[in-house]
Amino acid sequence: MVEPDYLKFDTLSLHAGQEPDPTTGSRGVPIYQTTSYSFVDTEQAAGLFNLEQPGHIYSRISNPTVAVLEERLAALEGGVGAVCTASGMAAFHLACATIMSAGNHVVASRNIYGGSHNMLNLTMPRFGITTTFVDPRDHDAWRSAITPETRVLFAETLGNPGIEVLDVPVVAEIAHEHGLPLMLDATFTTPYLMKPIELGADIVMHSVTKFLGGHGIALGGVVIDGGRFDWAATDKFPTLSEPYDGYHGISFVEEYGHQALSMRARAEGLRDFGAAMSPANAFHLLQGVETLPLRMQRHVENTATVIDFLETNDAVSWISHPSVSSHPDHELSKKLLPKGAGAILSFGIAGGREAGRRFIENVQLASHVANVGDAKTLVIHPASTTHQQLSAEDLSAAGVGEDLIRLSVGLEDSEDIIADLARALKASQKG
Amino acid sequence: MEVKFQETKINLATGGVKVDKEQPPVLLVHGAGMDRTVWSQQTRYLAHHGFSPMAVDLPGHGKSGGELLSTIPAMADWIADLIGELDMGPVRLVGHSMGSLISLEVAAHHPDAVERIILMGAAAAMPVHPDLLGAAERNEILAPQLMTAWAHGARAHVAGNPTPGLWMRSGCQALLERAADGVIYNDLAACNSYEAGDIAGQIDCPITVIVGSEDKMTPPKATAQLVAGFEEVDLRHLKGVGHMMMIEAPDQIREMMLSALR
Repeated sequence: MVEPDYLKFDTLSLHAGQEPDPTTGSRGVPIYQTTSYSFVDTEQAAGLFNLEQPGHIYSRISNPTVAVLEERLAALEGGVGAVCTASGMAAFHLACATIMSAGNHVVASRNIYGGSHNMLNLTMPRFGITTTFVDPRDHDAWRSAITPETRVLFAETLGNPGIEVLDVPVVAEIAHEHGLPLMLDATFTTPYLMKPIELGADIVMHSVTKFLGGHGIALGGVVIDGGRFDWAATDKFPTLSEPYDGYHGISFVEEYGHQALSMRARAEGLRDFGAAMSPANAFHLLQGVETLPLRMQRHVENTATVIDFLETNDAVSWISHPSVSSHPDHELSKKLLPKGAGAILSFGIAGGREAGRRFIENVQLASHVANVGDAKTLVIHPASTTHQQLSAEDLSAAGVGEDLIRLSVGLEDSEDIIADLARALKASQKG
Repeated sequence: MEVKFQETKINLATGGVKVDKEQPPVLLVHGAGMDRTVWSQQTRYLAHHGFSPMAVDLPGHGKSGGELLSTIPAMADWIADLIGELDMGPVRLVGHSMGSLISLEVAAHHPDAVERIILMGAAAAMPVHPDLLGAAERNEILAPQLMTAWAHGARAHVAGNPTPGLWMRSGCQALLERAADGVIYNDLAACNSYEAGDIAGQIDCPITVIVGSEDKMTPPKATAQLVAGFEEVDLRHLKGVGHMMMIEAPDQIREMMLSALR
């Protein structure tokens, strides 16, 4: 039986989206640090503005450097297209704003990044879009929360901060049974560990700032269009299926079919909301993506070594990572994440809030930052930082205890990471 | 736009512009398992450059209803009837891959329906690899994967989409995955069993043929065999481009189409 001779993941990480620069032959991706692009003539300009022909107009809408990153990320995820944004949150907002309007409703996992929770819980209602939060493991809860106004189901591939593994095929099936798309934040897994579109997801978003970039020097986000969802099967998505006055009555589904979401998100979303990625950031993030397979492999290896250490330390009261056999999603993880369940884990520290504070203040190699997915090991105490805006009730619902430490395992020598953690854990118990 | 034709809803993409019956009509016909959106880089441009483009979803494809048509001649008869129904006079007929076979048949057997034809990814015969045909018959994802792998030139497997952010390989695969069960097999079987015979000698209208140098599905040699039968033909070559030339090289195709259509 013949097989498709597709270029493989590692090759795409290095090459997808880029050809040597046609003018200079530059092998590296050039930084097109420009706001605008000269038109050939008025006819060409009109054609570009009117979506008659592709090309760059203004870097808020598209930029050649950013376009390389977009094509590369779409290639790695198996999506039909991608739109990069200024940050992961901008990507989340862009996706929501592209498919929803006032009066619509979201069903979302309750175990998501605090920023995403805030946007859905506090900000979007001001624009008429409401959300019901559910336990991501409770499939009946997903079903029962869907209303006639629901337009999307949203979750993270790995929850935050409990590292819940979403059963993507099951939740996708629930969404599709109701004529709805499933949108996933796959920041923690990256396409190296999981390809959500192949598992049934319809929209994938990332904070590219995290593992995809890996270096922690550039912000960025991306919305990736799976291209398999039929936006015109119902009348629920008029922004995609109905004529749009913004481009003289074009229907994005009619003209672009399976690429309608990508085209509308750029043509309207970047044009009007303006949360564009800078070309310099795209360049930096591309350098990270080139080594994604190698880094993720090392992240996973180091995580396993660190977990082995934590399991034997008396100051650690519990560990939450899907690779640990006691984790509720351990078996599911083996099925959906065969290369590993990522490099972010939570653990409880004996002694609660005060011990947690002492631990954070005594790490030396690990960095205390509000970030994850860096090449360097990072730690944080979510109850006082990323999730501090949440009420006590929401905090509890999100599974964030006062003793919870979130660890993003980096690429340092694992012996050095463990030595640092051992020292800080010891100090944490000297209250 | 939607038209009711033979008691069925048929969908045609018009570039987001209402069809102007004063402008020359251009009917675009897609290939096996695909739909109107393969022409998305051309329809809107043509609509703003003096033509009334209509990229049709064949019966059972895209947003069109109706039963699948199982042979190329049957598809050609249907297209000819549709042209009559549109009541815009003879059309400029543009076909890609299976659509090129349909266009050949329409031009040969319904000469009053067409003013000229433009063929892309064309050949007198389109034998289908048995593994692909088998995968399509079993509705396996391997069929869209193989078609996608073979339908693009080497460049398109890496980069080169002029539309910022779009990824050609998955774009093609997703389009094929969206086809209902049985659609890809129906179309591939129709291509596989089609015999053009001496059809080239039966066509009187002007013909333009566009060839991609890296077309693996209808290789340049196969196109050359077809072209050899035409008394006169406007033959255009695209270097480094595969079978999905409208998507791989949309700017060049737009220019070629515009010059040929005028």
